[in-house]
Parts: sequence; C-alpha cells; structure tokens
Amino acid sequence: MSGKENLHPSHREAVKSEIEERVEKLEALLVGKGLVDPAALEELVHTYEHRIGPRNGAHAVAKAWTDPAYRRRLLADGTAALQELGYGGRQGEHMQIVENTETIHNLVVCTLCSCYPWPVLGLPPAWYKSSAYRARAVREPRSVLEEFGVQLGEEVNIRVWDSTAEIRYLVLPQRPPDTELLDEQQLSALVTRDSMIGVALVEAP
Amino acid sequence: MDGAHDLGGQPGFGPVDRNQTEHFPCPWEARVFSITLACGMLGKWNLDQARSAREGMDPDHYLDSTYYEHWLHGLEALLLARHLVTEEELAGGVADTAHAFSPVDIRRIREILSTGGPTQMQAARPAGYRIRDRVMMGTRHPAHHTRLPGYIRGKVGEIIAHHGAHIFPDIHARSGEKVPEHLYTIEFNGSELWGDPPVERGLRVCVDVFEPYINGCA
Repeated sequence: MSGKENLHPSHREAVKSEIEERVEKLEALLVGKGLVDPAALEELVHTYEHRIGPRNGAHAVAKAWTDPAYRRRLLADGTAALQELGYGGRQGEHMQIVENTETIHNLVVCTLCSCYPWPVLGLPPAWYKSSAYRARAVREPRSVLEEFGVQLGEEVNIRVWDSTAEIRYLVLPQRPPDTELLDEQQLSALVTRDSMIGVALVEAP
Repeated sequence: MDGAHDLGGQPGFGPVDRNQTEHFPCPWEARVFSITLACGMLGKWNLDQARSAREGMDPDHYLDSTYYEHWLHGLEALLLARHLVTEEELAGGVADTAHAFSPVDIRRIREILSTGGPTQMQAARPAGYRIRDRVMMGTRHPAHHTRLPGYIRGKVGEIIAHHGAHIFPDIHARSGEKVPEHLYTIEFNGSELWGDPPVERGLRVCVDVFEPYINGCA
C-alpha cells in the first residue's frame, strides 16, 4: 500500500479529495477567464446559508394558522400569498401549498432531480437529494415516514407530490393541539423544515 | 431520456438517512453550487439544459456520486459545449485565452434570485383536458430530455389541477425554444402504480404532467 492510500483508507474519501482538486481548478479557471466574480460566489452561498431558509416557510405557516383569511389566500394562490410576506423568486416562481388534515397527510419529493421550494425552505438537506428518498417516497411513503419517526393512523391517506415540472410544493402542517394561547411568532418557532416537506408533524411545546 | 436519474419507485435503496441534514456535507459542494449558479446567470444555457447535462452522466457514476457531483459534471459539460472553456483549460485550471466577458455582479445576482425564472406562458391553443378527466399516460421512451417519469408511463390517473401553459422542457432542453404546453397535476392511486393489493394502503401520488405526455382519456 502506498502512502497516499494510507492517507485515504476508503475509496470514497480518495474520490472526494480528487473532487476538491477538480473544483478548485474549475473555480480558479472561471475566475481567471472573467466568467465569474469571486464576490458574487460568496454572496450566493451567504444568501442560501444565512438569509433564505425554513424560517420563511414557518412564518407563512404560522400566519395561516392564526389568520383564516390568509390561510384561504395561501391555499388558493400560494405564489401571491407568499409574495405578500416578501417570499418569492428563484425556485419558488409557481408555489402550491398542500394542507394536512385529519385524513390526508402530504409529502413532497422530486424523483427526477431534487427540486425544492428555495424561497420558503432554503436549500434541501442531503437526505432529500438521496437516491433512497427519491426512489421510495412515491412507492412506500408510510415506511419512509416511520424511519423519520412519524406513525400515521390507518385512517390517514398519504398524498405524495412529485415535483416533475416548475410547480414547487410546501406542506401546511396541522396546528398542534393546546396551542390556542400562542401567538404567530411563538407558533412559527414550532414549525420545522421537515414538517413543511411532510416528513414530520409539528409538536406542541 | 431514460436514465439512472429516473429514480421514482426503484427498489433496493434501503433506509433514508435522516441524519444527513446539511446542505453541503463537504465544503467543495458549496463551491459547485455557487459557480454553477453564477455561470448559469451568464445566460448561455437554460435550466432544462442544465438538468439534461446532469442527467447525461454515466449511470453507474450517477448513482455512486452525490448531488453536487452531478452538478459539477453538468457544469463542465455545458462550459465545454458552449466553448467557454477548453478540455486543456479544465485539466490545468489555468486560462489559455482571455474572454471579453463581464461576470454577473452581486447587484444583478440579487435581481435574478428575487425574480427567478417564471415558466408560465400564453397558451398556443385551448387545453385538451379538464379537471376530473381520467387520462392515460403515454408509453414512449424518448431519446431526448423529458420530465415524464418512468413509473407513470402507461398508467391511468385523474386530472386534479390545470396550471395553464408552461415552457415545454423536452424542446427547451434541446433547442432552447420556449414552446408553451398545458401543464396538469394528475393523481394516481397507489394500486395503479405499484400493483393490487398495493404495498401500502391509502396512497395517492400526484405528478405534474405536460399535455404531450398524455395519450388520451382513459
């Protein structure tokens, strides 16, 4: 075994370091050719790591729970209702909100790539992009939900939304019981990213 | 195009690892994300061409690599196809020739992110189907880019929404031409897709389908 192989005991790690080198070269080349602006690259990462994320979606969900007129607008025209709160743009151009009820649980996937509603959820977690999730969500969602710790009753039907075109889906989860005294901001803090993809329920505090 | 990316319903992948919560498990993935977006904003290709380039990966490699490696493959393929870089430059990481390009700056990036790229268009003809129609999907296996997943081909479902006309990806990915086609959401019963009795009861799968993917009323 050579020294290099000792440093990289698994094939996957060796592949990753090759990729790191390939990406560094590509970035240097693109900057060198004037095709990309380094400051712009930082801006793009910063935007999706810090400015745009699931707190946006949680805001809309909590507002829908506390404002019946907003809930109606959100379900009727998701794109316009999210724009009211300032959420829209890339990968959220055509939004549809799907509401969980006592008898329907919604789950979102993109089997062909990994489409995801960026303006309200940010970028997808790695599991959402995994082959296992993309393959299984449309065929055995109940088993997938159990792996996420969600046990649905037999009376609950599951509706899976496969984002094959440019419509992006956001789940409006059920408001947990005994939260009548909480205001919109307190409710928003309970709403998780996973509950708006449909792999979790919102729990009372 | 049929390929390894068409994963819906494929067996054998095992449990979903819900602990993989990061956007970018490795730092290089954040670099690929940002250079891909910045290069896309040069306007030399559209989103369907970007998806098609990622899906052109060797299928073994596609399944054995992570999401942002697919993006990296697609980006390199498009940069080469549009003659923005050469093979030699990619291998060396050094520019042989200077380009008279101006990169997309931060102000423009903010504009592009906030407006996005809406795909809805004026329809060229009336919709061929109505909500509640029961329709059968086509069974073609096109050699070009498509958004008709394999698991619904030949299956019967019910139209539950009509979204007007949107840019048809199959043509947009090939020529760049923006041709409007009506877009529907079609709901399929689990037993129609996965056999009767179904693996799981009470399952309905809703898929967004362009009108040319539909064979006719069932």
